[in-house]
Amino acid sequence: MTSDALGIMINDSFEWVAGMELTGAEITVRCLVDEGVELVFGYPGGAVLNIYDEIFKQKGFKHILVRHEQAAVHAADGYARSTGKVGVALVTSGPGLTNAVTGIATAYMDSIPLVVISGQVPTGAIGMDAFQEVDSVGITRPCVKHNFLVKDVRELATTIKKAFHIASTGRPGPVLVDIPKDVTAHKTAYVYPESVVMRSYNAVVKGHSGQIKKAAQMLLEARRPMIYSGGGVVLGNAAKQLTELVRLLGYPCTNTLMGLGAYPATDPQFVGMLGMHGTYEANMAMHNCDVLLAVGARFDDRVIGMPAQFARDSRRIIHIDIDPSTIAKRVKVDVPIVGDVGAVLDELIKLVRASRERMDEPALAEWWKQINEWRARDCLNYDRASEIIKPQYVIEKLWEVTNGDAWVTTDVGQHQMWAAQFYKFDQPRRWITSGGLGTMGFGLPAAMGVQLAHPEATVACITGESSIQMCIQELSTCLQYRTPVKVINLNNRYMGMVRQWQEFFYGNRYAESYMDSLPDFVRLAEAYGHVGMRIEKPADVEPALREAFALKDRLVFMDFITDQSENVFPMVPNGADISEMILAEEL
Amino acid sequence: MRHIISLLMENEAGALSRVAGLFSARGYNIESLTVAPTEDITLSRMTIVTRGSEEVIEQIVKQLNKLIDVVKILDLSDGSHIERELMLVKVRAFGKDREEMKRMADIFRGRIIDVTEKTYTIELTGPGTKLDAFIEAIDPVAILETVRTGASGIGRGERILKI
Ligand SMILES: Cc1ncc(C[n+]2csc(CCOP(=O)(O)OP(=O)(O)O)c2C)c(N)n1
Repeated sequence: MTSDALGIMINDSFEWVAGMELTGAEITVRCLVDEGVELVFGYPGGAVLNIYDEIFKQKGFKHILVRHEQAAVHAADGYARSTGKVGVALVTSGPGLTNAVTGIATAYMDSIPLVVISGQVPTGAIGMDAFQEVDSVGITRPCVKHNFLVKDVRELATTIKKAFHIASTGRPGPVLVDIPKDVTAHKTAYVYPESVVMRSYNAVVKGHSGQIKKAAQMLLEARRPMIYSGGGVVLGNAAKQLTELVRLLGYPCTNTLMGLGAYPATDPQFVGMLGMHGTYEANMAMHNCDVLLAVGARFDDRVIGMPAQFARDSRRIIHIDIDPSTIAKRVKVDVPIVGDVGAVLDELIKLVRASRERMDEPALAEWWKQINEWRARDCLNYDRASEIIKPQYVIEKLWEVTNGDAWVTTDVGQHQMWAAQFYKFDQPRRWITSGGLGTMGFGLPAAMGVQLAHPEATVACITGESSIQMCIQELSTCLQYRTPVKVINLNNRYMGMVRQWQEFFYGNRYAESYMDSLPDFVRLAEAYGHVGMRIEKPADVEPALREAFALKDRLVFMDFITDQSENVFPMVPNGADISEMILAEEL
Repeated sequence: MRHIISLLMENEAGALSRVAGLFSARGYNIESLTVAPTEDITLSRMTIVTRGSEEVIEQIVKQLNKLIDVVKILDLSDGSHIERELMLVKVRAFGKDREEMKRMADIFRGRIIDVTEKTYTIELTGPGTKLDAFIEAIDPVAILETVRTGASGIGRGERILKI
């Protein structure tokens, strides 16, 4: 036995012999190694003990023991979002799996490639209400891209290969592989397939050239163009192409919450995030443009509000997405292009470059003039002279102190929106947030996954005092694996976002949104073996951040006592028209 | 609009529940759904009858296509096709009604496949509308029990759904 850098005991004497019959548990572990998996986030239990025994004997990947299965999946998710690789989680049957479901649904809504392996009761016991039996395939069906129950050890290796293939190709998503305990004990010859071909699944789609030509033409004819890009550009690794096209055309660009970082936020052509808490200029440009190019985005309700209202203003729409079912789901589209966004953008750039037609410069200048007038409203302004710490100020300073170069994860609520608005992401994959499901508890475990994937990187988890308590137990995991995440807790003593809605739409009746009996976060952090800081004055914000980020190898929990009454602006109320956008100065 | 959608899918455990789950999760309606293995035992063929606007039907087809187990889809309503459904009806048949029932079955080209002193069981095949018409045509109090399979469909002529 030797021990590795993390102090994990490793048995060096274990060796694979080619051609040997292996048990299902050995095969599972061997498949992960052969797939090139570096990290597995998991939690043991009866149904996966055979697999854990094999994990003990191997050294192909590192296992990270979380403190709750939800966190295992969020951590694998953070790993996947920050690297573009498939994240892997391993949980036991029954409660292990049900705990993982929130994580799986979170990944599903944001199209994150994961392979989740769950233990199951032995095949003979399935359907007998056995101890720790749940219908895992049934429970997860609506929130996975696909799932498998492996009933025969001879199908195990191919199934695992299929799972990785399905998770990572096309529109990515989580795939569950449920393995009954007896299957992990049965033996068969092991071969890990190089690739799999599935007649029912063909993910490679090339955009239709004729459609791309039409799109190029339409873009060049625009007088008030707008480019709107979403998470698909990040997932498709097409930020470079998007940036090139936007610069080539000189058009305004907005990103969705999921798409932040796909176009550099510090660039003048970036008009900010759009949607419910998007900038005034982004939303106005979105609604007043005459040609809209949507790339890897899905026109969801938090972005365009009600489709009928959005459709009232006439504009021609080009929509590029890898998932045909996303196109024409909520809005009518003039030029639909189904395909890999990067490849389609490459072709589009070529066509625009080659075209003899040029955009209408005077019209474009007029359009920018209009946009700059909207911009002049300075919709993200806040009280910078406040005596109480403003949450926006903390994020602005965080951006400065980290030179805009941190990896940022968040939880859900006001802090998430302020982070999106005030941390200017210039690179893709740096912004890691639960957009689709909006899962409180995501931030800390996701940050752990990001930090483990990028040990040298600066990782910040921006959270609220309510959200952080949903996965606070992971502070323990962070100590075990020395993940020096910086937790930026914007502590307003309220479920701020809930309080904001209650203030606006429920006559200030703050039903159950006050967070009473909060722990002393400084002592809590210390109890977990970390550094805790409490910051109460605006003047202390920057020095404290500098001090914390200088502690390179420590997790620092920064408890910022912020203004309780601060709201997120602008705000387009749910289901309301864009013209009903509420700006800070109007209150 | 009523649509009849045919699909070929992997004959895997759980494939049917993926389709059924999709319809309920997305709030699409199912009028009928039939499924059975094909001559290739690795494939099942399913026929779904549904209703919706063109946009909804487009989404249904796209969402079905996204299911990993679905190999191929054809919206039969897009072209000419044939639709058949099987119905078994048990009816009261005694006294003067007995002769009348026999006559009705003949008119609709049904076959009496089970006979007791007081009942007939009639087998009837045809498009759903024909089965509806039969039910309409006979005295409702005479109906003891009905069972229908839901529609199966196939394209006319060269329209073939095969992999
Ligand atoms: C698991 C979960 N439960 C409930 C919600 C609903 N919700 C959305 S934001 C929010 C309040 C979050 O409060 P906090 O973490 O303190 O952040 P703040 O809004 O104050 O910045 C709640 C309860 C949610 N998104 N996720």
